[in-house]
Amino acid sequence: MSAAPKAAIALLVLMALVPPLAAAIGDPFLTVIATRMAVFAIAALSLDLILGYGALVSFGHAAYLGLGAYAVAVCARHGITDLVVQMAAGAGAAAVFAAVSGAISLRTRGIYFIMITLAFGQMAYFFFVSLSAYGGDDGTSLAARSTLLGRDWLENDTAFFYVVLACLALAYGGLHRLVHARFGRVLIGTRESELRMRAIGYRPFRYRLAAYVISGMICAVAGVLLANQTEYVSPAYMAWTRSGELIVMLLLGGIGTLAGAMAGALVTVGLEELLAGWSEHWRLGFGLILLAVVLWSPAGLAGLVRRLLPGDRA
Amino acid sequence: MTLLQVENLRKSYGALAVTDGLSLSVAEGELHAIIGPNGAGKTTLIAQLSGQLAPDSGTVRFGGADITRLDMASRVRAGLARSFQITTLMPAMTALENVALAVQGRSGSSFRFWRPVAREAALNDQAMDCLAQVGLADRAGRPAGAMSHGEKRQLELAVALACRPRLLLLDEPLAGTGPQEAEVLVGLLAALRGEVTMVLIEHDMEAVFALADRVSVLVYGQIIASGTPGAIRQDPAVRAAYLGEEAC
Repeated sequence: MSAAPKAAIALLVLMALVPPLAAAIGDPFLTVIATRMAVFAIAALSLDLILGYGALVSFGHAAYLGLGAYAVAVCARHGITDLVVQMAAGAGAAAVFAAVSGAISLRTRGIYFIMITLAFGQMAYFFFVSLSAYGGDDGTSLAARSTLLGRDWLENDTAFFYVVLACLALAYGGLHRLVHARFGRVLIGTRESELRMRAIGYRPFRYRLAAYVISGMICAVAGVLLANQTEYVSPAYMAWTRSGELIVMLLLGGIGTLAGAMAGALVTVGLEELLAGWSEHWRLGFGLILLAVVLWSPAGLAGLVRRLLPGDRA
Repeated sequence: MTLLQVENLRKSYGALAVTDGLSLSVAEGELHAIIGPNGAGKTTLIAQLSGQLAPDSGTVRFGGADITRLDMASRVRAGLARSFQITTLMPAMTALENVALAVQGRSGSSFRFWRPVAREAALNDQAMDCLAQVGLADRAGRPAGAMSHGEKRQLELAVALACRPRLLLLDEPLAGTGPQEAEVLVGLLAALRGEVTMVLIEHDMEAVFALADRVSVLVYGQIIASGTPGAIRQDPAVRAAYLGEEAC
């Protein structure tokens, strides 16, 4: 096994140890933070598929987080509280939105792609802002967390954390297989040289669109979990700044490495909690850290780890 | 038998006719070199033959079928592969992965999401054969971006061969190579001669006259002469238009 899966598994194991640790030191809030970390790690992984492996810089990825979150609110309003059904609904909505918006935006490249994905993200944002049945821009709170097999197990923060962690492990495992399978190699090929791909008989568009749809669906699952974590759904989840934060997570962790995407999300959420505890101007400190990473380790945390482990190419 | 038949091909950028009523025929099995001064429209011609660029008018027939309107991917499937003047590879992938990706392009669906592609023996074996054919067998695990220029040119050739082409379009395969690297590549092309039909664009006249079965001379978007290397050398129009002092 190469270094990258080892690093990812180490991260998952470390996270699994958080609830007992939280119980030991008597700080249950640690588990809540770890849940948030795992949720955003799923979102960051999904973005890494298109941004890191396909070189498609989507600036509207938070829309999928929102679609997943609203799937919970809409389903719950109609009496559907099962987590799996809600995930399927969120992923389905995300697939439709990704297929339509992707079919249009993937006809452009570079800055135009960034702008058009941003535009689609904003369209989704304002759609939910004007959806007064679900609280408009105030959003709406959920009566309870989703159910699993008809039981309200998720009301327990620790149980909920392990469900989220299991989803993260599945997302990581699935994406790890995908990027090392035929499809992943083609996607990486389109990142490396579109012209060369055409010259050996590929049509990049269809692979990019498929990756775009898969990515959106996984992110929607993160959205379903996010709504459950906060027990609240609002358009703020899909604000364009949130899309930016997801990109920042990848920058911090290392674009194009799944373990890096996970680490980036963990560190970002962790720093947010830590710095926000010190000062309300925490974003300044976070900006400086980001600056340092981009300047001294452009490949992010993953690049840093790789440099510290010479000879073990991830 | 004629494999490639180009008739009255035209491509203009504004007032500039880059391809100006060009006709060309390439017989199955031959190595057909196209020479011409800078700006004659050689790379534009390759781009139109490979489907990268659509001509304004004219037809391209390949193996009897009209392929003028086909995109690059369809032409590759029909058996038309190309190499690039400016090395166009996947720098982050190893030599083997570069070639295996080309093999994969003609070996079943790429919408497979689970099985590790690195362990697909059928892809790797064929890719290794292509690498061995161009003398890169011992470089298989090297990232393309970390190879020497000459090795990259060899890899370009291996990737094109992995498409199993009936016709290989070679756009200045010797571009930027030193004398020793060029010698290796000329040896490779000589070995391929007869196995696969080739259209070769090249500035290195020594290589062209050593390799080509037939030579066509492209000047201002038109073929002004076509013939054996010997006949082209003697053609007064060619001497005036292009070869000039170099061939004297």
